[in-house]
Amino acid sequence: MTAHSPDFFAMENEPSFFETSPTPGVVGKPLNRVDGRDKVMGRAKYSAEYPLPGLTYGVLKTSDIAKGKIQSIDTSAAAKAPGVLAVFTHLNLPSLAKTPNDADGKKAIGAPMGFLPLTSDVIHYAAQPVALVVADTFERATYAATLVQVRYLTEQPIAAYTDPKATRFNPEKIQDGKADGYTRRGDAQAALASSAVKMTAVYTHAINHHNPMEPGSTTAVWEAPDRLTVYESTQGVTRTQKSLAAYLGLPQDQVRVITKFIGGGFGCKGSCWPHTVLTAQAAKGVGRPVKLVLTRPQQFTSMGHREDQTQTLTLGATAEGKLTALIHEKTSTTSPWDNYAEANSKIINLLYECPTFESHYELARGNVMTSTFTRAPGEAPGSFAIECSMDDLAYRLGLDPIEIRLRNYAEKDPSTGQAWSSKSLRQCYARGAELFGWSKRNPKNGVTREGRTLVGWGMATASYPVHNSQGTARVRLYADGHAVVQAGATDLGTGTYTVMTQVAADSLGLPPEKIRFELGDTKLPTAPNSGGSVAAGTVSSSVYMAAQDVWERLTKTAIKDPKSPLFKAKPDEVMVDKGRLQLKANPSKGEDFMVLMKRAGMDDIEGSGQGKYGAGYETGQAANPAGSGHQDEAGKHSMHSFGAHFCEVHVDPDLGTVRVTRWVSVHGAGRILNAKTARSQIIGGSIFGIGAALMEATARDPHYARYVNADLGDYHIPVNADIPDMTVEFIDEHDPYINAMGVKGIGEISMVGVAAAVANAVFHATGKRVRDLPITPDKILGTKAV
Amino acid sequence: MNDFTYLQATQAKDATAAVRDNKDAAFIAGGTTLLDLMKLNVENHGQLVDINNLAFKGVEQTADGLRIGALERMSDVGEHPLVVQNYPVVSQSLLLAASPQLRNMASIGGNILQRTRCGYFRDTAFPCNKRAPGSGCPAQTGENRNLAILGGSQTCIATYPGDFAVALVALDAVLLLENAKGKQRRVPLVDFHVLPGTTPQRETVIEPGELIVSVTIPAAAHARKSMYLKVRDRASYAFALASAAVGLDVQGGQVRSARVALGGVGTKPWRSVAAEKVLTGAPATEATFRAAAAAAVREAQPREQNRFKVELAQNTLVRALLELSAA
Ligand SMILES: Cc1cc2nc3c(=O)[nH]c(=O)nc-3n(C[C@H](O)[C@H](O)[C@H](O)COP(=O)(O)OP(=O)(O)OC[C@H]3O[C@@H](n4cnc5c(N)ncnc54)[C@H](O)[C@@H]3O)c2cc1C
Ligand code: SF4
Repeated sequence: MTAHSPDFFAMENEPSFFETSPTPGVVGKPLNRVDGRDKVMGRAKYSAEYPLPGLTYGVLKTSDIAKGKIQSIDTSAAAKAPGVLAVFTHLNLPSLAKTPNDADGKKAIGAPMGFLPLTSDVIHYAAQPVALVVADTFERATYAATLVQVRYLTEQPIAAYTDPKATRFNPEKIQDGKADGYTRRGDAQAALASSAVKMTAVYTHAINHHNPMEPGSTTAVWEAPDRLTVYESTQGVTRTQKSLAAYLGLPQDQVRVITKFIGGGFGCKGSCWPHTVLTAQAAKGVGRPVKLVLTRPQQFTSMGHREDQTQTLTLGATAEGKLTALIHEKTSTTSPWDNYAEANSKIINLLYECPTFESHYELARGNVMTSTFTRAPGEAPGSFAIECSMDDLAYRLGLDPIEIRLRNYAEKDPSTGQAWSSKSLRQCYARGAELFGWSKRNPKNGVTREGRTLVGWGMATASYPVHNSQGTARVRLYADGHAVVQAGATDLGTGTYTVMTQVAADSLGLPPEKIRFELGDTKLPTAPNSGGSVAAGTVSSSVYMAAQDVWERLTKTAIKDPKSPLFKAKPDEVMVDKGRLQLKANPSKGEDFMVLMKRAGMDDIEGSGQGKYGAGYETGQAANPAGSGHQDEAGKHSMHSFGAHFCEVHVDPDLGTVRVTRWVSVHGAGRILNAKTARSQIIGGSIFGIGAALMEATARDPHYARYVNADLGDYHIPVNADIPDMTVEFIDEHDPYINAMGVKGIGEISMVGVAAAVANAVFHATGKRVRDLPITPDKILGTKAV
Repeated sequence: MNDFTYLQATQAKDATAAVRDNKDAAFIAGGTTLLDLMKLNVENHGQLVDINNLAFKGVEQTADGLRIGALERMSDVGEHPLVVQNYPVVSQSLLLAASPQLRNMASIGGNILQRTRCGYFRDTAFPCNKRAPGSGCPAQTGENRNLAILGGSQTCIATYPGDFAVALVALDAVLLLENAKGKQRRVPLVDFHVLPGTTPQRETVIEPGELIVSVTIPAAAHARKSMYLKVRDRASYAFALASAAVGLDVQGGQVRSARVALGGVGTKPWRSVAAEKVLTGAPATEATFRAAAAAAVREAQPREQNRFKVELAQNTLVRALLELSAA
């Protein structure tokens, strides 16, 4: 990070260069994807598409049982099969400096799971890798893997917390130590006891898998005995780099991770999972590059999932519908080693004004791999519970579902007492209602018919935090008027390449076609994981700050240059508009950066900048010196996006089918960088939520603790016919605190509240409250119009 | 998947001989079932005999009804004007199945022979009587939401997943088979698939090396007035939770002839003669349809998770009959 003189280009004002400039900028505009053409032409190279010299192919052989031991493993037939270079098992895999099998190792690696397969003969979960076969072609490796003979000593596994044999316990911490297992604010039990209205409801959520189109894949190349390059399908090149360095005992800079394109991740590519390090070990073992791509069934047991869970939510309210108490309990399945549960209670604790709150988590160890963050982890299932219960409360009191939410509108964050950095939820409700025609809603449920179907309307609130994050970007501006901008970010397919090109274009006063934005390589400045909705805000801010660094340097050059119109000006008298350095007081006095650079004999100039959580244009750089994290002005604020979803369903009560026929989402999420990619992102997240609401469920056999529908033919995700036209809007929201660009990020909020909006619409249509996701036809049957 | 040799047959007798003489061999048409199961190691064949060049093509009117060559593609048959006009239930059953890509690839012969989607069957790590006879049937007390309520046994309750064969059994279609001796035989489709009993590995009466040459569907008033209703977990591209193939000939409010078959709920394409008996001669009213539906599921033996199919199958059938009689 370059040292800024304290108030030089300090951000006193919102960066509005693209709004006020005489020539309008491109930030916020619906620019087409800069990588779109490469993608449709097949030129975009995904991580499994590097045809390296000497490349070999790795295929995993996985366990038939979910619990027990490997009694013997016979690899002789596999080893003799044509083209096979090696068959690795726990007995002969090249060793590691560290494994996550103990707490210290897990922490050092940053592993998502406290266990690495192929480190012993113990089987903890179904389809756990037991061997890795490397051959000269993918087909030969696949076949040879079937020849590995394993004999098991089988024990009876535990499939889920619902198994009567499972032991349940209350963890001190959940989500890998990131959240508390028990929270209490005020005396919720006492408040409940004296409440006029008391309601308790139980919600269940099926196991969901991320199922990105592109499965997990790793291509590992040892460039030297102590230098590794990995082409990886990951949401974070740096996190993978750090994990691999710890696993392998290498300095971090001896591991290079490259990810130029990703075919979706949704959280499952947010960590370095076992197949990645196993591939690196295998490559070491055979002395050649090894590529391993998970099969679709393996994808279900290799990169985590959203856990099976039950939530019990009790609420107390006054007769007017003001919340008095919220008590939340969650029980879920975790792995033999980790206390992982999504922190559902966080959103319940802050969505509405409520004086008391209590939450408990309960876990049971099953023979399953550790679950992991899945798009809006915690917020998605948590919002299902609170938003259905709020709907219940509205019906109970005869209030409109929006009215009940307005009566409990949280003017500050109830969980911390902090002021919001910005909140446009009221506008979201109002605009959403207007777009949807909510005022025409029949307050009675189960009475609106169209032919044989029952029609219902539902709505729900969405919220997602702006997470702490920081990252760096580099700008290299050339005197001929083009620039290369770099950050080690990743693009999940959501538009990072495009929006960063836009931000760089406006920050540098260049047209977007003069910008090349590079990402996805640990050789580039470090950016955060594309996860937790932090990438857009952090990376765009770092690009913007890097551009300011360039202008700062060029201003210094100009004011020292006797031939410059700005000669002898004071730095703070100078401003930059569209690449022109000029006097604030007299814009006609100034010159274009190209003129200045050419005269100074500069071919190019570099700058770097840091984008940080909490370093908004109000808090400013001065208030938030480099490295100070968010322990500054920003600490005074609670930072969240908010939104509202509106849904219409047609329910066929005889056939049990639910079809979403209309959809409106309105969000307030700070600055929107690209109207088109943002809209697509919200549509994608809403569809993800509709999938969870209506059809997504991985079925785990209760006796074998093994999935029975681990493919995309039987694990249903929505198809086009399930999705209507969607209306998406954003509230124009200016947040001065979150980061330099005022961007909150929209990757996850788009799915928060979606399942509740659908379930609420189903309730409105049928009078039947379905609290078990997904709402498949079997759960609707027996519904008669009330 | 294992290595296999590949033979492209140009004559039926070469194909049938190759498969009869080699236990390890299988015919391949569109490959959408066969290769799927080979990749899962559920089926392992050392030789594939490609039959796509055989002359089992054409959709034509004959004295016995509409004859469709076994190698015609699902999409072509589903969109064929003669099928659309005279056998709407057949057209709909094909076009509501799978995805456009699969329908363009898959043959109607292969379609009839598609195998169950039971998750235990498709994963070799599980026991499964159908895949590994005698190993057990975990579905009985396991994940059986999608499995059959009709025609099951203690040995197997796998659903026959297809749609097309359900329409065919309703309309009394007849298969033409040919064996390695060049001998042909006709088998009504209702007799083609067999119940699992204690031998769920045996799904049809086809003999090793025998080919499906064509299928013939008799013309009838209840074929011209027919429809297929399919209920599934998503709006498209999913197998049926329950489906109904129905044909009705109604004159002056009375049902003169009726054809009823159910999909998604039986271990084979489920013709319901019991339902047809209730319908025939009765007034075409909802009450009659309800009684017919009750008759269709009288023998149902649901398991824990698929109990809903008893209601769903009836509602699906009633709805199909209502829509058809109103049309
Ligand atoms: C994801 C997915 C979804 C699907 N959804 C549906 C659905 O909703 N409804 C539905 O009905 N189907 C569905 N299907 C099944 C699909 O319709 C069948 O896979 C297809 O029709 C099989 O035809 P094929 O030509 O590809 O058969 P192949 O795979 O080539 O052959 C299947 C079997 O039949 C044998 N065979 C093929 N032709 C002949 C012949 N002429 N004589 C003798 N033996 C022969 C082969 O040896 C093999 O054993 C789905 C399939 C998939 C993969
Ligand atoms: S139902 Fe049939 S196919 Fe399924 S597990 Fe049982 S025996 Fe196998």
